[in-house]
Amino acid sequence: MRVPMTWLREYVELPADVTARELASRLTLAGLEVETVDELGDDLTGPIVYGRVLEIEELTGFKKPIRHCMVDVGRANGTGEPQEIVCGARNFSEGDLVVVSLPGAELPGGFEIGARKTYGKMSAGMICSATELGLWEDHTGIVVLPEGFGAVGDDAIAALGLREDVLDIAVTPDRGYALSMRGVARDVAALYGVRFHDPAEMTVAEPTGAGHPGVIADPALADRLVLRGATDFDPEAPTPLWMKRRLHQSGMRPVSLAVDVTNYVMLELGQPLHAWDRDRLTGTVTVRAAEAGEKLETLDHVQRSLDTDDIVIADESGAQAVAGVMGGLDTEIGSSSSSVLVESAHFEPRHIARASRRHQLSSEASRRFERGVDSRVQLVSATRAVRLLAELGGATVESAYTHVHHESAPATITVPTGHAASVAGVDYPEGTTEKWLRAIGCTYEADGDVLTVTPPSWRPDLTDPNDIAEEIIRFEGYENIPSIGLKGFGRGLTRSQRLRRAVGRTLAAVGYNEVLTYPFVGERDLDGLQLEADDPRRANVRLANPLNDEEPLLRPTLLPGLLKTLARNVGRGLNDVGLFEMGLVYRPGPVAERAPIPPVDRRPSVAELARIDAALPAQPRRVGVVLSGAAERTGWWGPGRQASWADAIQAAREVADVSGVELEIEADAHAPWHPGRCAALYVRVQGERVLVGYAGELHPRTVKAFSLPERSAAMELDLDRIESARTDISAPEIHTYPVATQDVALVVDASVPVGAISSALAEGAGELLEGVRLFDVYDGEQVEEGRKSVAFALRFRAGDRTLTAEEAGAARDAAVALATERTGAVLRG
Amino acid sequence: MSAPNDSFDPVEVTPLHPDEVARMREEALAAIEAAGDLAELKEVRLAHAGDRSPLALANREIGALPPAAKADAGKRVGGARRDVGQAVKARQAVLEAERDERVLVEERVDVTLPWDRSPRGARHPLTTVAERMADVFVGMGFEIAEGPEVEAEWFNFDALNFQPDHPARTMQDTFFVEGPDGGESGMVLRTHTSPVQVRSLLTRELPVYVVAPGKTFRTDELDATHTPVFHQFEGLVVDKGITMGHLRGAIDTFVESFFGEALRTRFRASYFPFTEPSAEVDMECFVCRGASVGNPDEPCRTCSSEGWIEIGGCGVVNPRVLTAAGVDPEVYSGWAFGLGVERTLMFAHGVRDMRDMVEGDVRFTSAFGSEI
Repeated sequence: MRVPMTWLREYVELPADVTARELASRLTLAGLEVETVDELGDDLTGPIVYGRVLEIEELTGFKKPIRHCMVDVGRANGTGEPQEIVCGARNFSEGDLVVVSLPGAELPGGFEIGARKTYGKMSAGMICSATELGLWEDHTGIVVLPEGFGAVGDDAIAALGLREDVLDIAVTPDRGYALSMRGVARDVAALYGVRFHDPAEMTVAEPTGAGHPGVIADPALADRLVLRGATDFDPEAPTPLWMKRRLHQSGMRPVSLAVDVTNYVMLELGQPLHAWDRDRLTGTVTVRAAEAGEKLETLDHVQRSLDTDDIVIADESGAQAVAGVMGGLDTEIGSSSSSVLVESAHFEPRHIARASRRHQLSSEASRRFERGVDSRVQLVSATRAVRLLAELGGATVESAYTHVHHESAPATITVPTGHAASVAGVDYPEGTTEKWLRAIGCTYEADGDVLTVTPPSWRPDLTDPNDIAEEIIRFEGYENIPSIGLKGFGRGLTRSQRLRRAVGRTLAAVGYNEVLTYPFVGERDLDGLQLEADDPRRANVRLANPLNDEEPLLRPTLLPGLLKTLARNVGRGLNDVGLFEMGLVYRPGPVAERAPIPPVDRRPSVAELARIDAALPAQPRRVGVVLSGAAERTGWWGPGRQASWADAIQAAREVADVSGVELEIEADAHAPWHPGRCAALYVRVQGERVLVGYAGELHPRTVKAFSLPERSAAMELDLDRIESARTDISAPEIHTYPVATQDVALVVDASVPVGAISSALAEGAGELLEGVRLFDVYDGEQVEEGRKSVAFALRFRAGDRTLTAEEAGAARDAAVALATERTGAVLRG
Repeated sequence: MSAPNDSFDPVEVTPLHPDEVARMREEALAAIEAAGDLAELKEVRLAHAGDRSPLALANREIGALPPAAKADAGKRVGGARRDVGQAVKARQAVLEAERDERVLVEERVDVTLPWDRSPRGARHPLTTVAERMADVFVGMGFEIAEGPEVEAEWFNFDALNFQPDHPARTMQDTFFVEGPDGGESGMVLRTHTSPVQVRSLLTRELPVYVVAPGKTFRTDELDATHTPVFHQFEGLVVDKGITMGHLRGAIDTFVESFFGEALRTRFRASYFPFTEPSAEVDMECFVCRGASVGNPDEPCRTCSSEGWIEIGGCGVVNPRVLTAAGVDPEVYSGWAFGLGVERTLMFAHGVRDMRDMVEGDVRFTSAFGSEI
């Protein structure tokens, strides 16, 4: 809502020294957020004066017609002689009163006026158009003022209103009343404690008879309809300068007097009006629901198929307007309409909101109706409009009019007088609530400390005690709310929350950079991951309105985002990159069901909540890692090492370690990994083996699809499952007797995984084993083809004695024996 | 070792002959003096003062002597060994001093050589900022609550008093999840972290003191100031006797801990369906502290010379929300706030472009390390 200050001051006795900026900050604190203060004409300087065109000489021989004019500007030019001005406009005649900017003047936009020779003539100044003066957009020529508007030679800046401060208020959805000068003015008057003159306070005589026939077919659609006519209207009558200027300053385009008047009254009183060409209406005007299949071409030349939920204004030939949203083209007021019917109605806001959304049509009218307009201002606003048509367009107001209404008792709010104080935490003086209730137009009845409040018809947003509290607190000043300390009863972070922090810190510490990628993916990403057609990861949660039609799905895995981010880094010349992400993936449930929407006047039942949660997709938290380039760089210390499958699996181990969980690793073939270099990762949850993810080198096709460096590797783990595998830590006993170490070299088939040998050794070694560590793998000349030699260091220790060489040897032999049994390992001689 | 032999004249045992002892002593002292470095000295020490050195061997012979001769021989050999031992110590000190002066200097390395063997890692600053924000509130006795990102419309809108056709519902540009057969699903990508308010009230015991950091989604195209996926930081208190004063106190604590002591905040009346009364929260610009307002000579880039920076929205929990969550609004009241994590990071660390937080360029994350 744009509010010109001079217009505002017509309704508020605001002290003269209150500036627009000061008012803007007061209003902003009080809930009418002033986004900008436009200082129109701020950069404009005179002399800009009234002039009278004395002579016009038509110049010929140029590309366009040009006039050389002699203009009387009185003594404003210092000489009293007529001013020579060359002008390209043609919409004026000798004797016309015009606006002249003289040399030295500066027009809006830094346009400096001087004297110069042009088209072979002297031109000292300019005859101004409305656009040049910043009045409104008009490219049809210069401004010709009505006779008597001003005296030749007098300063025109003030009288034309070339300088104006305009507040641009971002009105929140609850404050529909502030989409009018009337509503803003009432708040301003209350804030400054000054008098308010309500523009809606006017006397309207009872109708002398029935006006144009009008009917509300269903009171659930509208509760008030006023039809008021004006005859003998001069459709040629111009809109006066002051009205055009205000419309322009308020952000509306002047159109024609009849339309401008309806818009002006809407800005003034907040009530959207429609001016019909009465001669184009057929019979009774009805407010009704649209019929199935009904169509209407609206003013914006769009043919619209109406919905039975739309409210229409119809005559006997059919729908003529989408009520509260936009009028129809057929009955548009035109340049020959002399009989005008002003329609003013109060529609059900939710219908208007739905219609506006359905037709993707947000208009000045719909914005007001959906936020709620004054339910009692229809007759006043229609009357104000026809009176303006009479005053400005020579029309005759019909004393007979139609006023259909379905009154309902206004709802009341019961609120203790101290409620605002207890909400704010401020001790307001006695009577504070009552004072502000009166200021905003509420009436109330007091019963002890309890008030029964009736909000005014223009405040449909006031329904609850806290709505009343907000009004009191905002006028008393939000800035006066104290700052009071408080203390909760929290028990710190949950284990899961601590774990996530630890995982993030660990991965960062071992060289990975955290990224937060978008969860949107498309079929192309799934193809790039080499997912088979029947892969469960092909079935995904889909958005109805994705930002990008190529990415309508929610990720089933963190990998696409990570891989694209890896490619982006490599593309920027950052070659040695490891990335990680922790975030949710989205897995639709087996049964697609609509999430129910229970009522909100009570707590939902357990069953209702269960149905909501059952409809939601599973959203497990995962951690993923991708890497490429050098895991260790070449440097003065020696050669580096390329990142590989082993780093990816190690990243999984790091996550498991910091989570206090043991990882079981097994070879597997799973997209998008290289089938020979892919590890399936498991944990034990109460003895059961649970799959938690995969790690390894990426499949060459995936590498190519995501434009990654060769041999890029990746890992993805389900953090929720890792967490569920975690058991409580109990402190170990630390033994201080000497350690006994035994190395064993075993020869096995090349296909035997080291993990299997290692766990057999550990199991076979028995209780004395402190640790087992692989320190060499050899498959060179001294080992026969298809075999490999693996060397382990075993550490033994007892808690109560120094182990003898015999004891350690026996434990080693037991370890080797189990390894032999399980894996066919042979002790190397 | 020789067995005791009474038939020998003690003076006749060659190694214990005074001349022989003197010779061994002289030989040892000469070798010690000749040792050129610590390694040589170690060898000399083993040869002349070790367990198998001639003097040590001679010493063993003393036991075989008749008692009358023992004292004399012991004195002789002991004196020689003491002299040798002292000479080793003295030479050791000389050679160590030499080494300290010369060798350690020669062994010097270039300690400015880089050791960038493994690439560095870092956490995303949005994660660390959100953790720090959470820690401020955890310190005030709040717990961290969480909720799903694909959320039911009932939680995201209805329970938060967004009425079905109210314009507030369309203000937040919502991603809708497609339902069965392309129809409605009753689910959205949550447009704010506020549904966690309702989930907390439904699942926790009263009183409730929680914060909920998390990902949120709106259909904005990515540019310098917008991103369709962003992070909010929700706060909720529901208890008896809670006022807007407590709300302001909590927000002041956050502002001071992040942006500086004694920074003022201000509330502006506003509107959110789930709070009533509602307010926008501004904090005093932590760079200019208002000095740039109306002072074109010293403009402030941080606050655009407004003097205030908007940091979020807040208000008193609308009793309708309490009702929908089964909490009696006649007994309990509370407040809620929502702060922007991106905004907090942008202001606290001068991030200028939203895209830097989205693109995952490691140069951006590296700058922040693992803790903010």
